Amino acid sequence: MAKLPVNDELIIEKFGPHKQYTPKDGFKGVSEPDKLVKTHCCYCGMQCGIQLKVKDNKVVGFEPWKEFPFNEGRLCPKGVQRYLQNNHPDRLLSPMKRVEGVGFEPIEWEEAMNKTVSEIQRIQSTYGNDSFAMLSGVSLTNEKSYMIGKFARVALKTKNLDYNGRLCMVSAGGGNKKAFGLDRASNNWTDLKHAEVIIVTGANVSETFPTLTYPIWEARDNGAKLIVIDPRIIPLARTADLHLALRPGTDSALYGAMLKVLFDNDWIDREFIEEHTSGFEDTLASVQDHTLEWAENITGVPAEKIYKAAEMWGKAKTSFLLHARGIEHHTKGVDNVVGCINLVLATGRIGKPYCGYATITGQGNGQGGREHGHKCDQLPGNRDIENPEHRKYISSVWGIDEKDLPGKGFSAWEIIEAIHRGEIRGLLSICFNPLVSLPNNNYVRAALEKLEFYVTIDFFLSETGRHADIVLPGSLHEEEDGTVTTAEGRVVRINQAITSPGKARKDSDIIKELARRLGAGDKFSFENNEAIFNELRVASKGGTADYYGITYEKIEKNMGVFWPCPSLDHPGTPRLWEDRKFKTPDGKAHFNPAPYKLSTEMTDEEYPIILTTGRVVSQYLSGCQTRRIGKLVDQYPEPLMEIHPKLARQYNITDGNLIKVSTRRGELTLPANVVETIREDTIFIPYHWGGKHSANMLTIGALDPVSKIPEFKVCACKIEDTGIKAQDSQLSDAFQSFDN
Amino acid sequence: MTTTDYNKNMGFYVDMQRCIGCHSCEMACAECETNGQESMIHIHYVDRKHTIQTTVQVCMHCDDPVCANVCPADAITKDTFGVVQSANTARCIGCSNCVMACPFGVPNKKEEAELMMKCNMCYDRTSAGLKPMCATVCPSGALFYGTLEEIEEKRPHSTPVNKFIFGDQEVKTKVNIMMPKGSKELKVH
Ligand code: SF4
Ligand code: SF4
Ligand code: SF4
Repeated sequence: MAKLPVNDELIIEKFGPHKQYTPKDGFKGVSEPDKLVKTHCCYCGMQCGIQLKVKDNKVVGFEPWKEFPFNEGRLCPKGVQRYLQNNHPDRLLSPMKRVEGVGFEPIEWEEAMNKTVSEIQRIQSTYGNDSFAMLSGVSLTNEKSYMIGKFARVALKTKNLDYNGRLCMVSAGGGNKKAFGLDRASNNWTDLKHAEVIIVTGANVSETFPTLTYPIWEARDNGAKLIVIDPRIIPLARTADLHLALRPGTDSALYGAMLKVLFDNDWIDREFIEEHTSGFEDTLASVQDHTLEWAENITGVPAEKIYKAAEMWGKAKTSFLLHARGIEHHTKGVDNVVGCINLVLATGRIGKPYCGYATITGQGNGQGGREHGHKCDQLPGNRDIENPEHRKYISSVWGIDEKDLPGKGFSAWEIIEAIHRGEIRGLLSICFNPLVSLPNNNYVRAALEKLEFYVTIDFFLSETGRHADIVLPGSLHEEEDGTVTTAEGRVVRINQAITSPGKARKDSDIIKELARRLGAGDKFSFENNEAIFNELRVASKGGTADYYGITYEKIEKNMGVFWPCPSLDHPGTPRLWEDRKFKTPDGKAHFNPAPYKLSTEMTDEEYPIILTTGRVVSQYLSGCQTRRIGKLVDQYPEPLMEIHPKLARQYNITDGNLIKVSTRRGELTLPANVVETIREDTIFIPYHWGGKHSANMLTIGALDPVSKIPEFKVCACKIEDTGIKAQDSQLSDAFQSFDN
Repeated sequence: MTTTDYNKNMGFYVDMQRCIGCHSCEMACAECETNGQESMIHIHYVDRKHTIQTTVQVCMHCDDPVCANVCPADAITKDTFGVVQSANTARCIGCSNCVMACPFGVPNKKEEAELMMKCNMCYDRTSAGLKPMCATVCPSGALFYGTLEEIEEKRPHSTPVNKFIFGDQEVKTKVNIMMPKGSKELKVH
């Protein structure tokens, strides 16, 4: 039973999150480090280059890496403070087991491994191989993602492996595959800065990918027009040429109406459509009734603004469209994505200089992590686990019989549901914190409590990890060599800077040892991480995500290589589709109808307000890492509820008071931040916190049918002022303008 | 000071339009070894109720620095490169005259240390040919350190302005604010 061994307070006292600050005079050795290690930020998909200062096997500071071509030294606050993860007092230094009523006790590796392996074997021999599941994360390098995909199928022999990219951009992946047959941003950011018009839709670039604001500004310096589509006036929208504050969940209606305007005004590229696309007629037919008035009614955006946006987009010669979770976290996430792509295809502005389209991956290795097979339906090289040829190829690389390769398993949320049904009894997780990041926390917690055995590999004890029977201390980003693939599709090197402290081990060594004990050691005899990468290269060869021509040496030399890169003499592919040969079965880019559908939970009398969720600049995802860094926490210590003054007045809500927000799944009390920068019918809560601060206590576990991404961005809620003033410690910097 | 390779052509340019309020500059400034984890640059919301706009407050390094003029202990000096240095620890008596006199509201008095602290344009870095921490990390380019030619080329729609009018008083500064094309001065009411 994976209930908490002791209460949360006691666990927090021991394992944090505690805030770490740099000592007043800096860490010892900061002025004379032993070495400067060129690597990348461990957080978002920008993967900004950074140099870590290392002294006595500890990271003591950083120095900007001016030469790295994307960020040229620029960093957001998370990047500036990322070096504080090393040498953190919360760091897990020894394997541990849960002891009822006591908490977690340190044990030796031998005991931890014995227990883990015997429980895996007990559960699998009693209930079948698939009753033991694995959940992985895309903060992990390509090497680890690849190894985990292989480990789950070859050593654990389970089909039930999925990853937290499931909460990230799988809808974009689904849309990309439908439209192009390949899942990657079409261009590098260099094209972005020369585009004439840029649409940023459902992407709070300024807070979630801050260093990406720079090329957007560069484009504006070159005269580009900027259109921001978002229910909130995000910092980037403040000076945009057009801001369309649409009602959450109505994106596809907006894109449909824009497509109709493009067609009606002949702002389309007929030649491109004719020669290089299919499905245009059907798609066009599907938007015939999407008049501007209809769209205004659905989206809440004035008809003239929608027209204006279509005009700006339609008349431009070059353009770039960017989107992120804002349109992807829906039960119609894939529809939203193809709706966007339709606008790109209709104007034929793809595969040409200064024209492009990109989903911005949220997690550090959101891109690479979705290519190498720790996704329930996928094999390395972005291959399909149900395609006989793909199965045959990967089985041969792995040296197994194809019939022993499991098929498609459950997605992340479905694994939670299967635990509830008793189909899954045991779980191994690595760098995934579903208790904070999945919707409907209470349901997730109940699932964890039903597990017969739960083992976690991590470097901090996450909210989910607190439920583990065995905790295996893994490695930080700077403790292993590897590669990650940035949101641009550029494969970059993560250089090991230090070795793991205490009894912590490299994640890859832990996986290798588990595989050995499960009887598959011969399949995991990698000498080092470069050897894993070299096997990945072969496994990806001939797949759509072909890494074969990329080597560690080549990456170092060029400061990154863009995939596909099919041969050693290939330079990599910063811009896709210049040859107009799309990876779809007919070789054409596909238009897809994206009909407007209602969100799963619409507002009603009882729950009359739309709740939407997202991020803030100082925190990262489930906060397992950033909630331990002093200054990042101080910048935004607890979640706030953004609410428009009109809505606040209607509910007699006072700025800075604690407000109770409830949905059909739970309730949460948090301070109100009354601001005009949000729609009047919507409230916003960031989701980086766990326990009683968790926004995902409220969200709904409804899934997109194709991508299985949950609908984080829309559900129905009600609010009530408790009349209690929030304490100063709960309030962030955003409260500076309080007038009380 | 004889060993420095301080480049006088390099200037500091602030573009409030671009500021996304991320506080990266503050956190990077605090990393400077001489700052004791205190930031000498400050970010504020203008009026969070109505807008997401933030402002950056950095020492403007005035040609004729009032802070130095009013300092009874002669703790603040402007050097030959035009950089107005932070208060000399040995001399500063923590009287707060500079805090009250500065038209830009820059100096901060550290009560614990009885000391005035402000930005010295990352003297340890700029005098060694590096750029200030804040301007290096600023993810949106709201802070820029480089030559006038570079900024003019990069920002064709803006003009750097270093002349400020406070009532009858005119203040000229080493630091420039990026204003709409053609602007010559900024009147502060
Ligand atoms: S979090 Fe993202 S934008 Fe910020 S420094 Fe790290 S990689 Fe760059
Ligand atoms: S801005 Fe203020 S602190 Fe800086 S030099 Fe001018 S008067 Fe002194
Ligand atoms: S780093 Fe740049 S964008 Fe961020 S707060 Fe400072 S000036 Fe503004």
